[in-house]
Amino acid sequence: MAVSFPTPRRLGYHISWTGILAATIVLFWAVIAIIGPWLMPHPPGDIIDFEYFGPMTGELWFGSDYLGRDMFSRILMGARYTVGISLAAVVLACASGVVLGMTAAVTGGWFDTILSRVLDALNSIPSKLFGLVMVAAVGSSIPVLIAVLAVIYLPGAYRFARSLAVNINTMDFVTVARARGERTPYLILKEILPNMTGPVLADVGLRFVFIVLLLSGLSFLGLGVQPPNADWGSLVRENIGGLPFAAPAVTIPSLAIASLTISVNLLIDNLPVKIRDRSE
Amino acid sequence: MPNLVEIRDLQVKATTDAGNIIPIIKGVSFDIAPGEIVALIGESGSGKTTIALTLMGHTRSGCEISGGSVSLAGRDVVQMTARQRQAMRGTEVAYVPQSAAAAFNPALRLIDQVIEVARIHRTMPMPQARAKAVELFRALALPDPENIGQRYPHQVSGGQLQRLSAAMALIGDPKLVIFDEPTTALDVTTQIEVLRAFKSVMKAGGMAGVYVSHDLAVVAQIADRIVVLKGGVVQEIGPTEAILHRPAHPYTRELLSAFEPVAYARAAQPEAAARVPILEVANVIAGYGPLGPDRMPHKLVLKDVSCRLAKGSNLGVIGESGSGKSTLARAIAGLLPPASGKVLLNGELLEPAAAARSKEDLRRLQIVFQLADTALNPARPIGDILGRPLTFYHGLKGAAKQDRITQLLDMVRLPKAIAHRLPGELSGGQKQRVNLARALAANPEVILCDEITSALDTVVAAAVIELLKELQRELDLSYVFISHDLSTVQAICDEVMVMNGGETVETLRADSLPHGARHPYSQLLFASVPQLDTGWLDGVPLRVAKSA
Repeated sequence: MAVSFPTPRRLGYHISWTGILAATIVLFWAVIAIIGPWLMPHPPGDIIDFEYFGPMTGELWFGSDYLGRDMFSRILMGARYTVGISLAAVVLACASGVVLGMTAAVTGGWFDTILSRVLDALNSIPSKLFGLVMVAAVGSSIPVLIAVLAVIYLPGAYRFARSLAVNINTMDFVTVARARGERTPYLILKEILPNMTGPVLADVGLRFVFIVLLLSGLSFLGLGVQPPNADWGSLVRENIGGLPFAAPAVTIPSLAIASLTISVNLLIDNLPVKIRDRSE
Repeated sequence: MPNLVEIRDLQVKATTDAGNIIPIIKGVSFDIAPGEIVALIGESGSGKTTIALTLMGHTRSGCEISGGSVSLAGRDVVQMTARQRQAMRGTEVAYVPQSAAAAFNPALRLIDQVIEVARIHRTMPMPQARAKAVELFRALALPDPENIGQRYPHQVSGGQLQRLSAAMALIGDPKLVIFDEPTTALDVTTQIEVLRAFKSVMKAGGMAGVYVSHDLAVVAQIADRIVVLKGGVVQEIGPTEAILHRPAHPYTRELLSAFEPVAYARAAQPEAAARVPILEVANVIAGYGPLGPDRMPHKLVLKDVSCRLAKGSNLGVIGESGSGKSTLARAIAGLLPPASGKVLLNGELLEPAAAARSKEDLRRLQIVFQLADTALNPARPIGDILGRPLTFYHGLKGAAKQDRITQLLDMVRLPKAIAHRLPGELSGGQKQRVNLARALAANPEVILCDEITSALDTVVAAAVIELLKELQRELDLSYVFISHDLSTVQAICDEVMVMNGGETVETLRADSLPHGARHPYSQLLFASVPQLDTGWLDGVPLRVAKSA
C-alpha cells in the first residue's frame, strides 16, 4: 500500500532544490540554537586542553581555542546568541519599519514628512559608529544589543516598506476601500500588507544577514556578547591569533557565519511558490 | 505571385509553473500576399498577438513554437538562429506596439529612436536616415515634420506618438509590418487620424501588414482580409467585405451582432422631472494640485459642471480622455473633494470628502472602476473581497455572510466556487462582474460606473451591459455611466451628457443619438465612431486645423 507523504508538491507548493538545501541549513542552526546547550560535551567556559589552537581530534571535534577550551561546545553556545539576538533585532526592526512605512504612505501629510526626515537623519549616522557609541555609553547587555541593532536597521526597513506601500496605495482597490469609508488600520493590514509580503520577506532576509554581520563585527571589536559567553563573531575575534596556523578555532565560526547568512539569503530567494494553475 | 508569408499548422505551447503544458495556438494556417493587409481579430486570449509575434520568430517568455512553420519571403523563421532573426527584425519585418508611450525611451529624442533601426543594421548613413525619417513624418501627417524629431516622447500627444512608432517600424523598409492594436488606447477622434495615416503610408509603400485588433469596425477600414480567431483556432478567413456582410461562422456572427448598438428600450418611462432627483451635482469645480490664492486648485479639471439623475434612470457621461469625466465620478464619490459646488443625494447635501461622510451616505453611493485588474486586491480571495462591504455596512458575519456572498455571485451570474479563487485566476469579464458584485453588496441606490466595459471584449462587454440592465430592474438602481464609447452609452442610458475640457458641452436624450447632436464638438465626436463599413474612413471629411 502506497503511503503518501505530505510533500510540498502534494500540498500545492513548488520549491526548488536550492530552497530545500538552504531551508535545511537554516533549520539546522535554529534547532542548534534551541537544543545546543544539551549537546555540549564540555561546559563552554572550561579549559580542558593543555594545548591552545589544538587540531580537530576524536575528542575535540573542532579543536580547541586560544585558551584550550572546547570549540565544539563554544560554537553550539554561540549559535544561540548569534541566531537569537539577530532574529530578535530583525523582527523588531522590520515589524516596526513596515508598520511605520505603511502608515506613512497611507496617511501622508505632516506625519509622513516628519517621520521620514527623522528616520533619514538616523540613517545618516554610520551604523558601526552608532553601534559603538551606543554600546559604549549604555554598556553591553543582550537587550541593549538587540535594541541598538533594531534601531540601526529600522530606517532602511521603513524606507523600503514606504516605497512599496506608496505604489500600492495608488491602486484602485485601495481607492475603493477608501470610498467605502475604511480607516487606516484596515487599509494597511488588509489591503496593502498582503500585496507586499514577498518583497518584505526578501528584505527581512537581507537585513537579518546585515545584522548577523554587524553583531559579529561588534563582537569582534569587543562590544558584543561579553566573555565567558561568546557569539560567533566573538569566537572569530578571540581566536584571530590562530589564523596563521589555519586553526579550526577561527575557520569554523567563520564558516558558521557564512553558512547561516548565505542560506538565509538563498532561502528567501527560493521561497515555496504556490502552484495555481487555471487549467486544472 | 508567391505569398510573402505562409503560416502552416502553427502550434505554440506554454508551460505553467506546475509543469503542465497548455496549447495556445492549435494548428493555424494562413497566407499573406505581398502588399496585402490581413487582420487578426478575436477576443482577448484568442492568440491573435501570439500569432503576430511568431512572424518575427518571437514568443512571450514561457511559450515556445512547438510545431508548424512560419515562412517569411521563403525562409522559415522557426528554424532560424537567433542571429538570423536579429538580422531579419527591423529590416524585413517590423512591429508597431499597442502602447507607443511604453515603447519609447523617455530620455532620448524621438528622431534618435526612430532611426535606431538604420543604425543597428547599418542600412544607410545617418544623415540619409534622418532625411528619410522626416519624409515618413510628413507621410504620416505629423505636424512640423522637420522639427518634431527633436522633441522628447512626453512632448507629443498619444496619437502622434503612435504615428512616430509607425515611422520607427517603417524606416528599415520592411516587407511586413505588424500592428498590434495600435489604436486601441486612443480616443476616437485621434484614432481616425492615425488610421488614415497608417492606411496611406501602407498603400504608398506597397507593404504587407498584419493588423491585430479586437475592433471589427477599425479592421474594416484598413484590412483586405480578416482572420477570425477564437481559442487559438481559426474560425473563418475571408475578404473584409465578405466577413462583414456574409459571415459564415456562428462566432463571426456573434462578434458582428455584439457590435451593433442596441438602443435602450425601456418598458415604462419613469416620470422623472417631477420628483427630487436621486443624485444632483450643482456647479462643481474640482482639480488637482495645491490651492492657489483664490482658493482654487492649481490644475482645474472640472469647470462648473452640473447634472441630475432621476431615480431609476441612467445618465451617460461621454467624452475623450482629459475631458474630466472620470474626475467627475471621483468628485461625486468624494475621493477628490470639489473646491466648490454641491453634490446632493436624494435632496440631501453630501460632505465634499468621503472621509467626512456618514457610513450610510457612503453605502448609498458606490463606485465601480474601469480596470478590474487593479480594482480587486490581487492578494485576497473573491469571498473576502465581497465579504468586507457586507461586514462593514451591514455587520453580517458567519453563515449569513456566506449566504449573501453566494447570492451576490449568483446575481452577477458567477459560480459559487469562485469565492475561493484569487482575482488573478479569473478572466477579465469575471473580474468585472466581481467588481460589480462588490458595489451591489452595499445595497446602493446609485452606482457610478467609470468606463467599466472599456477594457472588455465586445461580446463580454455586451453581456455586462445586459447584466446591468437586469440588475436595475430587480434592484431599482440608478447608474451614472461614464464611457468614451458611444454605442455602450446608447445601449444603457436615458440621457447622455457630452463633456469636453472639463465643461458640459450638451446633454442629449439617448434616443436622439447620434444625429440629434447640435453642438459641433458632439457632432465631431459622434462622427468619429468607426462604422462597420469598409468605405467609412474614406468618407469621413478631413478634420481641419486639428492641433492634437
